[in-house]
Amino acid sequence: MSGTFVGMPAFPTAAKAALGDTQLRHNLSHATGVIRAKRSKLVAEVEENLGWEDLRLAGAAVKDRALRDLETNLVLLEERLSAAGATVHWARDAAEANAIVVAVAKQHAAEEVVKVKSMVTQEIGLNEALEAEGISAWETDLAEIIVQLGHDLPSHILVPAIHRNRAEIREIFIREMGLVGKPAPEGLTDEPAALAGAAREHLREKFLRAKVAVSGANFAVAETGTLVVVESEGNGRMCLTLPDVLVSVVGIEKVVPSWTELDPLLRLLPRSSTGERMNPYTSTWTGVTPGDGPQEVHVVLLDNGRTNALADEVGRQALRCIRCSACLNVCPVYERTGGHAYGSVYPGPIGAILNPLLKGTGDAQTDSLPYASSLCGACFEACPVRIDIPEVLVHLRSKVVDGHRDDTVSKLEAVAFKGAAYVLSDAKRLSLAERGSGLAGRVLSRFGRTTLPGGRRAAGRIPGPGAAKWTSARDLPAPPAESFRAWWKRTDGGTK
Amino acid sequence: MTTARDEILGRVRRALADVEPDREPVASPRLAERPHAEVVDLFAERVEDYRAIVERCTPAQLARKVGAAVPKGATVVVPAGLSVAVKGATVDDGTLTSADLDAIDVVVTDARVGIAETGTIVLDHTAGMGRRAITLVPDRHVCIVRTDQVVADVPDAVELLDPARPLTWISGPSATSDIELDRVEGVHGPRTLHVIIVG
Repeated sequence: MSGTFVGMPAFPTAAKAALGDTQLRHNLSHATGVIRAKRSKLVAEVEENLGWEDLRLAGAAVKDRALRDLETNLVLLEERLSAAGATVHWARDAAEANAIVVAVAKQHAAEEVVKVKSMVTQEIGLNEALEAEGISAWETDLAEIIVQLGHDLPSHILVPAIHRNRAEIREIFIREMGLVGKPAPEGLTDEPAALAGAAREHLREKFLRAKVAVSGANFAVAETGTLVVVESEGNGRMCLTLPDVLVSVVGIEKVVPSWTELDPLLRLLPRSSTGERMNPYTSTWTGVTPGDGPQEVHVVLLDNGRTNALADEVGRQALRCIRCSACLNVCPVYERTGGHAYGSVYPGPIGAILNPLLKGTGDAQTDSLPYASSLCGACFEACPVRIDIPEVLVHLRSKVVDGHRDDTVSKLEAVAFKGAAYVLSDAKRLSLAERGSGLAGRVLSRFGRTTLPGGRRAAGRIPGPGAAKWTSARDLPAPPAESFRAWWKRTDGGTK
Repeated sequence: MTTARDEILGRVRRALADVEPDREPVASPRLAERPHAEVVDLFAERVEDYRAIVERCTPAQLARKVGAAVPKGATVVVPAGLSVAVKGATVDDGTLTSADLDAIDVVVTDARVGIAETGTIVLDHTAGMGRRAITLVPDRHVCIVRTDQVVADVPDAVELLDPARPLTWISGPSATSDIELDRVEGVHGPRTLHVIIVG
């Protein structure tokens, strides 16, 4: 019942549409601003009595250690999970993972499952796969319900409905809740507390009757076979505790080697994501506990491109990601375009590297993502596990370009650079070009449509192949009427 | 036919052909030692920051404090082995269904660990805390934490806890900021968290 990212246009096209939506830009700038302020206050608190950088280094080291010995850790995780009464499944890709979850639900003749908010189940399109088999999948996180009931797409990792304001949410609840369960109460206002109350009532009946729950996991501890879910609302606890059967889909990069090494990650994640010292609820469980919680526990270990990313020497650091979304909140590009423009459940700077790493380059939409950045580096600075996103972006850009080296028709950019090389490699050719640009400069200073800070005139949109695209979002400053070399010659280095 | 397991592990092995594993566990940074009384004060302050109700009392006052934390006429469930007697409470014997629990107003439990730096309470669901469902479905959670259970920070707690047990880490009442980043206390878990620090 929700939308799909399949067939989304490349970033520049999608971003252009998003930039025209003033309501969206207002919602985004407010929301990212609020989280940024909360986060930086807590980072400063840790900096004062412990050292935020030391904690980041420890977090990055734990994830690196897990990934560098991934095979050992996965085999150990499987062994410990099985010993604790869980059934372990392996899935090469989305289709395999979905088939496993569908089979478990069918074994229990479940017509519906309740879901904990999970990035990985969105990545594999689990809800759609369940619905195709006649099984309803109910999202239970408030923002996810807003997205699901609104037949919409998530636009942020942590706050998927960040693009919606309270009035829009009220309308969605009034229109949709009654169609799938307990309707919104009469006279529902747009107060966040009232809207949260409506969601509580609507979902409680689903929690109390659900037989099967589906979750992801924030961490999976190899040494002990323990899964960890970090959340705020208590919907996670409901799903992890009340149903008889629990299926958790876990990306293979979620593994943490030992129990005590969870520590730096548990301290980094809430501060980086919601700007809280600790999230309201963290649940950990190890297989089945007799008499407490689900008595049938399944864990699906998923690859779905993660081993592609692991094989990339520069890109593999992206697998350290703990899905906190701090990089989204500090990104000047994300703040203006929102998450939908990235065409994936993983938006923002991390999405711009994770999608090409998981899926491979070569598709126009995926290939546009490494360019969705000004390379300002704010994301690296905010990342709690020190993923050097700009480094990976540049690396992926080179891969995208390499993919076009043998094209029979060269890209305009390649033609332009070849032309530049021809001109710049010879003094005579350069001086000729400079005379031409000086002339253009004189013309533009007269007729240029905009004035840049400092008074220099600039051209507006220039027609022509390549030029039109480049200048549609950039001002082209008028070239100086005289080049540096011409000035040097005329004044003998400024002495005449 | 290769199984998914073998294929994935094979891909992992090939992807990491250039990498040496690192066998040394990572030690995480620790806060400087502080007097325990300060740690307990910080715990109380940080739990309160989440808009939970926080009270402190002596062991002799505990029964009265707990009694007062239960609203008049409210139904109460307690786990077996609770450190204090609660008048009129149903002791959970594992047979209460989720729907039964939904009709109960208050749960009173002990705790396993309190974490000062983050204002967190951890339940390991042994005696005095009971199975997970009883601290989840009722709308008010009264939780008793002894001062000697309070530790400075997360690494101290992780060391004390047994991962074989299911654990619930609680930092304030259930909350959401999903609507315009406006924090609302109380979604699906207990909407009121009442912490009594004893000792």
